[in-house]
This record gives sequence, structure tokens and C-alpha cells, in this order.
Amino acid sequence: MLKRKRGGPMDGGRINLMFMNTVVLLGVLVSAIPFIYMITASFRHQGELYSLPVTIMPREWTGHNYEKLFGDTNFVIWYGNTIFTAGIRTVLGVYFAALAGAAFAKYEFRFKRLCFFIVLATLTLPFHVILIPLFLLMRDFGWIDTYLAVIVPGIVGAFNIFLMRQYIEAVPDELMDAARIDGASEIGIFHRIIIPLVRPALGVVAILTFVNTWNDFLWPLVVLHDDTKYLLSIGIATMDGPYDVEIGAIMAASFLSTLPILIVFVLMQRQIIAGLTQGAIRG
Amino acid sequence: MTASAMTAKRDMEPRTVSSWWSRNQRKVIPYIYLSPFLIAFLIFTVYPAGASFFLSFQRVRGFISVEEGGGVVLEHQGLKNYERLLTKDKRFRTAIINGTEFAAGTVLIQMPLALGVALLMNAPHVRFKTLARLAFFAPYITSAIVVAWIFTLIFEERYGLLNALLGFVGIEPIAWLTNKDFVMPALIILGLWTWVGYNSLFFLAGLQNVPDDLKEAARIDGAGTLRVFWHITIPFLRPVFVFVIITGLIGSFSLFSQPYLLFDSGSGPQDSALFPLMYLFFMGFENFRMGYASAMGFVLTVIILMVTGLQLLLFRLWKV
Repeated sequence: MLKRKRGGPMDGGRINLMFMNTVVLLGVLVSAIPFIYMITASFRHQGELYSLPVTIMPREWTGHNYEKLFGDTNFVIWYGNTIFTAGIRTVLGVYFAALAGAAFAKYEFRFKRLCFFIVLATLTLPFHVILIPLFLLMRDFGWIDTYLAVIVPGIVGAFNIFLMRQYIEAVPDELMDAARIDGASEIGIFHRIIIPLVRPALGVVAILTFVNTWNDFLWPLVVLHDDTKYLLSIGIATMDGPYDVEIGAIMAASFLSTLPILIVFVLMQRQIIAGLTQGAIRG
Repeated sequence: MTASAMTAKRDMEPRTVSSWWSRNQRKVIPYIYLSPFLIAFLIFTVYPAGASFFLSFQRVRGFISVEEGGGVVLEHQGLKNYERLLTKDKRFRTAIINGTEFAAGTVLIQMPLALGVALLMNAPHVRFKTLARLAFFAPYITSAIVVAWIFTLIFEERYGLLNALLGFVGIEPIAWLTNKDFVMPALIILGLWTWVGYNSLFFLAGLQNVPDDLKEAARIDGAGTLRVFWHITIPFLRPVFVFVIITGLIGSFSLFSQPYLLFDSGSGPQDSALFPLMYLFFMGFENFRMGYASAMGFVLTVIILMVTGLQLLLFRLWKV
């Protein structure tokens, strides 16, 4: 890391570095301003938001939007619904993905190549093709307006299997063989050797699944129609309709719904980014 | 057979199932491990894909209530859906053109920007890297709905942040969301804000994969910084280019949440924000023309697969 660029740290290099630092900071600012604007807008009066001059900081702070959000909308219910749905989907999704990943990484079986091809194929299949029949299927199952429709169809994500396979491959075979000699069953090996060794990877897959479910919009919009069943994304998208709330309250809802995702990301950014970029650089 | 083997065999006799299991579990267990995926795949992917193909030749005449068993009443249409879609439907053409424009706009501006950001983040001595990684990734993990709401404020004509900023350099306020000529630039700006940082992380991961000694060797042989970049770094980034372009294209055709919210569940002035997946949604779930929408799903998939295949081919031809 300490290797100097050609030319060394002469004045030209230092100015160059200052320039680069400025550009990075500028980029950070561009990324951050919409978030800051969202937060400050949630503490402003509607009148102030639609007046000149345009400022980022409120001239007068108010908690009015939050009162309106908690008093007049189903925001708290949507929040609970989303945590519940995303939670269940994450736990089951991670477990199933780990199982499938273990099968690909650690076992030989007859249709292995075919099965793996299927995994890769579902990765590239656009959602367009199955949207309508999948909705009709949910209707026939009687799953409309239930969380089964949100949780079950995408429960085993192909990308997650792909990631888990990658990580489980690193588990030493000797360890598994030693356990077999000691009389451990394959299921025991999965739970007592594989799972503890790939715990960081499970965390990454869990977060990616959780965030995807948290932010998903189109599919919940198609299968959830009852206001009290809504998830945050649909609730926030339709808030201006039935509740006649102002944009400030929508910003408040946006802020509160983004907060947990951002916090988790701050805590685990290194692992998440490593997990996400894994597939792409290998091609 | 020796006596000891006989007794061993007799010992196992009463519990054949469990002994079969302990001998064969290694062969059977992968199928059990894969079964949740395979079952879900059959029910929620294979069946719908087949049903979609079937539906694409039908017209949905009515819905049977779930109490009476569910399902739909169909009328066979032959190739009519496809014929209409490909030859008569102007809105479908608009959606494809918009999707392509958005893809070209975001990918062409995005790739150099993202690569630039990645080079900065990879340069030695540059500061604020942790902060920058956080800031650049945050838009990507934020819900598209939230992003769209924030940008309704930012794009506001009289009181929006963007026009206020442009005002400083003397640019007159732009009607980003109501003037059809500015809808696409507005969406591209939103897209860049969301995805440049995210894509730069892929470039960064790619850059960190370029072996330092290879670059060093080229330098010793007298290659300048630019030549090293062009002949060593760029070829190593090839998979990243493929990834960014393909996901960019699929993403543009699947753009839904952002325009849907920005234009009030509509398609923007004169369909200027109509995208393929949106049009499919409107057809299927607002007009209930589900046969037609299914045909659309197939045509879109074929287009996406063809373009993806073409890109992969081009990248294969582009040798190191």
C-alpha cells in the first residue's frame, strides 16, 4: 500500500493527491445530500418546503410530520408486517440456500451439473415471464393478501445458493471425514461443522435477502391489496392517496424505514460488499 | 462367508432401514439438500413459465372466483397476441425505445464514472475511503420507492434542489417531470445517483484483482501509465464490464418502481416514462389482458436473452 507512484511525493504528486481527495469528498457529498434532504424535510412544515429560497436545513424545526405519521397512518403496522415477513423469509431462505450450497460444494451426485445449470438459468431468467401466471397461481392457492405469497415463491434464491456454494467449498474435507469416522451423520456434519464454519457468509446472505425483501415493491404490490397487510414499500408508495398526508410525513416514513438497513450496512459493509462482488469479478 | 461376518450380518438384519441409511446417506443427502430449491423451482418457475407460454396464445375472458376453484376463462387466439404486439402496438415500441435509451444513457455515462470512482478508491494515499464506500453504496440499498419520493422533491420545478443548484450557474428552471423531453434525463440522473457507486465497487474489486507484479513488469519494460492501464488493467476488468452492461440492460427493461412513483402510477407525459415491465404490469393488472401481457413477457425475455448473448459474444471476441 505504501508504494509510491512514479515521480514520487513531489509537489506535483501532492497537488494531485489533494485534487483526488477533493473529488472523493465531492462524490460523497453528491451521494449524501438526497439523504440529508430527506431527513431535514421530515422536520419541516409543508409551506417551508415549497417556498423560496431553497435550503437544505429547516428554518424552523417541527415534529408535526412524525405526529401525523404515527397518528393518521398504518405506518407502525406496515413496519411490523415488514419485519415479520422479511425475518421469516431471511431465516428460511438462508437455511435452504446453505443446504443447496452444501450439496453442490461437498457431494457428488448424478445430476449435479444439470442442477447447477438450473441454478444459473434461474439467475438469468427475467421476472417478466412468470409475473402473470405466478399471480394466477397465488390466486388459486388462496394466498392473495397473505404473506405466504411474499415469502414462499422466492424462498430459495439462486444467487444465494451460488454464494453459499462458493463459501462452503472452503470448508476442509478432512474435517468432515474425521467427523464421519467418529460416527457423525451427514445432517449432523451440516449443522455442527459446515454451518459454524461459514457463519460470516450466512450473515452476508441473510442481509442481502433481508434488504431485498425489505425493499421489494412490484411483487408485494401485485399480491397484497389490503391496507393493513401492506409492507413498508407499498405503504409508503401509496401514502399520499388515502391519508392525505403531506410530503414531510412521507419523508419521515422514508427516513424511519431506511434507518435499520443503513445501520446494518454501516456495521457490516466490508462483508456485504465482498459477498456481492464475488461472482462478478470471476466472470 | 466366515462366522464373524455371519453374525455381523445377523446383527444388522432387524434394522435394515437404518443400516441402509448409514451406508447410503452420502449418496442420498445431496438430493434432500437440494429438494427445497428444486420443488420451489418446479412450482414457482417451471410451471409459471409454461403457463405463461400457454397463456400467450389465449385471451382471458373472465376470472373464476377462488371459492369455485379459481382459474380463468380462456379463449384461444392463435398468434394474434404476438401479431398485435409486434406489428401494431405503438406503446410497446415506445416502452422498448425508452428502455433502450435509459440503458444506453445510464450504461455509457455510468461505466466511465464508476471506473473513475474505482480508480480513485484504489489509488494509494487517497483518504476518506471508508466513508466513500459507505456513501456510494447507500443509494443502492435504499428502497427504490424512498429514492423516488426524495427525487420528487429534488426534481420539483420551482422549489426543487436541482433547479436551485442549476440556478447558481444561470440555468433557467427545468420542468424535469412534466416536460416530456426532460423526463428521460431526469430518470438517468436518478439512475446514476443510484448505481454509479454500486458499480464502482465491482470495478474496485476487479482492480484489486490485477496482479501488481504484472504492472510492475510492464513498467520495467518501459510501458507508460496509460499503456499499462489500457493493455493490462482494462483486460482484467473484462468480466466487470460484462456484468455492468448486462445488469444495466436487464435493469432498464425491468425499471418499475421509480417511474411508477414519480409519475403517479402512470407512464409520464406522452408515455415518456413507459418501460417494458411497467407496460406489462399495466396490461396485466389494470386492463386484465393477461394473455397479451404474457406474450409481452416472452417477447421481452427473448429480446433480453438475445442482447445478452450478443454482448457475451462480443466480449469473447475482445481478447486479452
